[in-house]
Amino acid sequence: MSALIRSMPLLAALLALVLFPQFGSEYYVGLVSRILIVALFALSLDLLIGYTGLVSFGHAAFYGIGGYALAIAFQDASVIPLWQALPLSLAAAAFAALVIGWISIRTSGVYFIMLTLAMAQMFFYFFFESPRYGGDDGIFLFLKPVLMVGSEDILKLDQENNFYYFALSCLVASYLLLLMILRAPFGKVIKAIKANEHRVRALGYSTSGYKLVSFVIAGTLAGLAGFLEGVHSGYINPSYMSWHESGICIAIVVLGGMGTLYGPIVGAFIIILLQNFLPELTEHWQLLFGGIIIAVVLFLPRGATSLYPHLRELIRRPQRGEREPQEAADD
Amino acid sequence: MIDSVLRTVRLNKSFGGLIATNNVTLEFERGQVHAIIGPNGAGKTTLINLLSGDLLPDDGEILFNGRNITNLPPNKISQLGIGRSYQKTNIFAEFSCYENCWVAAQSRLNTSMRFFRSAHQLKAVVERTERALELCGLSSRRDSKASAMSYGEQRQLEIGMMLATEPELLLLDEPLAGMGSEESLQVIELLRRLAADHTLILIEHDMDAVFSIAQRLTVMVNGRILETGSIERIRSSQAVQEAYLGVGEDAV
Amino acid sequence: MELSFYLVQLLNAVQYGFLLFLVASGLTLRFGIMGIINLAHGSFYMVGAYLAYWLTDLTGSFWLAILLGLPIALGVGYLVERFAISFLYQRDHLYQVLLTFALILVFNELQQILWGTDVHGVVIPEILAGSIPLTDNQSYPVYRLFISAACIAIACGMYWVIQKTRLGMMIRAGASNREMVQALGIDVNRLFAFVFSLGVALAAFAGMLAAPVDSVYPGMGENVLIISFVVVVIGGTGSIKGTFVGAMLIGLVSTFGKVLLPEMASIMVYALMAIILLWRPHGLFGRAV
Repeated sequence: MSALIRSMPLLAALLALVLFPQFGSEYYVGLVSRILIVALFALSLDLLIGYTGLVSFGHAAFYGIGGYALAIAFQDASVIPLWQALPLSLAAAAFAALVIGWISIRTSGVYFIMLTLAMAQMFFYFFFESPRYGGDDGIFLFLKPVLMVGSEDILKLDQENNFYYFALSCLVASYLLLLMILRAPFGKVIKAIKANEHRVRALGYSTSGYKLVSFVIAGTLAGLAGFLEGVHSGYINPSYMSWHESGICIAIVVLGGMGTLYGPIVGAFIIILLQNFLPELTEHWQLLFGGIIIAVVLFLPRGATSLYPHLRELIRRPQRGEREPQEAADD
Repeated sequence: MIDSVLRTVRLNKSFGGLIATNNVTLEFERGQVHAIIGPNGAGKTTLINLLSGDLLPDDGEILFNGRNITNLPPNKISQLGIGRSYQKTNIFAEFSCYENCWVAAQSRLNTSMRFFRSAHQLKAVVERTERALELCGLSSRRDSKASAMSYGEQRQLEIGMMLATEPELLLLDEPLAGMGSEESLQVIELLRRLAADHTLILIEHDMDAVFSIAQRLTVMVNGRILETGSIERIRSSQAVQEAYLGVGEDAV
Repeated sequence: MELSFYLVQLLNAVQYGFLLFLVASGLTLRFGIMGIINLAHGSFYMVGAYLAYWLTDLTGSFWLAILLGLPIALGVGYLVERFAISFLYQRDHLYQVLLTFALILVFNELQQILWGTDVHGVVIPEILAGSIPLTDNQSYPVYRLFISAACIAIACGMYWVIQKTRLGMMIRAGASNREMVQALGIDVNRLFAFVFSLGVALAAFAGMLAAPVDSVYPGMGENVLIISFVVVVIGGTGSIKGTFVGAMLIGLVSTFGKVLLPEMASIMVYALMAIILLWRPHGLFGRAV
């Protein structure tokens, strides 16, 4: 019962997201769709930096590969069956994550950061310099995937609302999947690895296996986000896997609150909305944007969602008169 | 011929120019408490690190139940049944006491890379966790966050985590370090209970504690073994008195 | 003809390697001694190049631009160290990555406010404008030789400081064991400030030297930054010798890659790094941490 009460804000947020297309204009439905995609991308990175303690600076590679797999396989197709395209993107991202992860997890600390960055750059330049896959311009995709049973289309992603609900379902499903993984034995072990990998090894775990599996899961989910982005925007180009994307993704996770599953989603809303509305304020919005990130690092290292308990406390305090000693001690 | 659990043969380890372990050949008898003593910098912790796989020796061999484990990584060595505790408290600070032991206990599942909770398979883990908590005397503190516990309790938890892996041989690196006398007595009591059905290798500076629970002693100085044997033998050893206990010839 | 062509490429590779060495040595020292990963390092390369362009325009002399520009770059570096980086010494790498990433955004925007988005060039000073003929139709620009010579001079200077002076001793001690320096009672704050400034000066100077041969453009620091990371990782963090070897390797691979396998050139650099790390996970001259 108390678990239900604790998850009330989350359920309310979900309800709001479900109802949103009934009220929002098409532009805003499209904008929120994009936020949901980015939220999924950030959520996948949170599994690495927030739970496993792996600071991957090349996560955009898998995002891009998810999109490129779709575009390369179906750029000339007359129809894109969802049940073929989606597994293909996921498999491509998973395979890339397996290879990059296998190389990267042999190192740690700053080497891991630089190595993941460099591996992502390798993919970036591969597509950037490959005329076959459109080089700098990337690939345009004129069709959207459809889900068919027999010859009946049951889900067409070319309608904004359909896509919105599809993206929302993907995000919710990934959220629940990660929730389950984190509560399972596997999740306990990766959290312990983040806290103290050496001790986990001394307890008898082969930690590199756990880190690799975590890396592959995260990469696959990032591939799912990239697939959705490819479908949504109708094109894919190398900038999807640029290191700026990886950096922004880290910013989203930290700004929202790493080590929580809702943090990256909140972070995605904040950052994408900032990116959307700051340019209306000033031409030089990146200055403000950078300043905000710096302020977060210096003053709010646990992210926006770490403010929530304080907020609740503030609302509740006047009614209760005085604080219980236990809570005072927690501060 | 003694029944040895663990044997080292001419073990060597140096760091740069510093020789930390010098030709160490030792046998640890099954079911006994074997203490390693010596001044600071004698190479005791390095030796434990070699035995647990945290360090790799430059040369020499380590045999556990007759099996060569010299170059195995720490996780393999742990799985074979050698558990260790650390001198510096080395626990998962953000986890509860129970979760710390749980992670340790879970390492013995045939595969703990499980993504789904399965009550049936995890029953054994729960039992092991409870047993370890009971043994190390922290059952009443199970839900406390590890970082919020007292230093002595954290040291107990350190041992509890090791116990949750149900090892046959325990490597204890200064389990009493920094403890008050009350807490020390508790841990000594715990070690005595463990000694009933485990083999213990113990590094400890508290000589009263060592003499009260150990059956065999090894004295190390500058990475070498100075003397090894029963307590009586060590007490009466001229070499030990000169080099370690500080009672040299001039003092006599 | 064939041979002289390769000779020209070899000279280019070495010159590029030297420039990378200047940028990367600041990165590696900073990581080795301060434990800081600084993405904004490339921005100082860019700042150097833009200062060279702006001050050459203003004063009419490239030399004067360098003379005036270096103190300005150092001042900017000092401000960045005081007001941002110094808060991060005790923090996780993650926060260092994020904050210095945000600094790049800030620097890029400031650059656009100050100098716009156009691509600029800097004229090579007259005294170095000539070329040395190699064969009938091959020649080599004097200015590129000057870059290499200047870098060699700086590398020798650095070698002297690090090997022969008390300051160098502290730097060496710090790079091999950071805790030890703190334990020895050395004024860590001053050492850090010095190392940081040295890194800034080297990166800015590299940018100034490169300005006349490469053009000056927005985002020019970022490519250099990432390649410098590759250099540091290959060489092993904290090792000046490793950085030198890494820089030369990357200079050779990327220059000859562009000539021999143009469509694979950018990838080859990263592939080289992956192979070296598979072989030696801590880089060529790195120590296991």
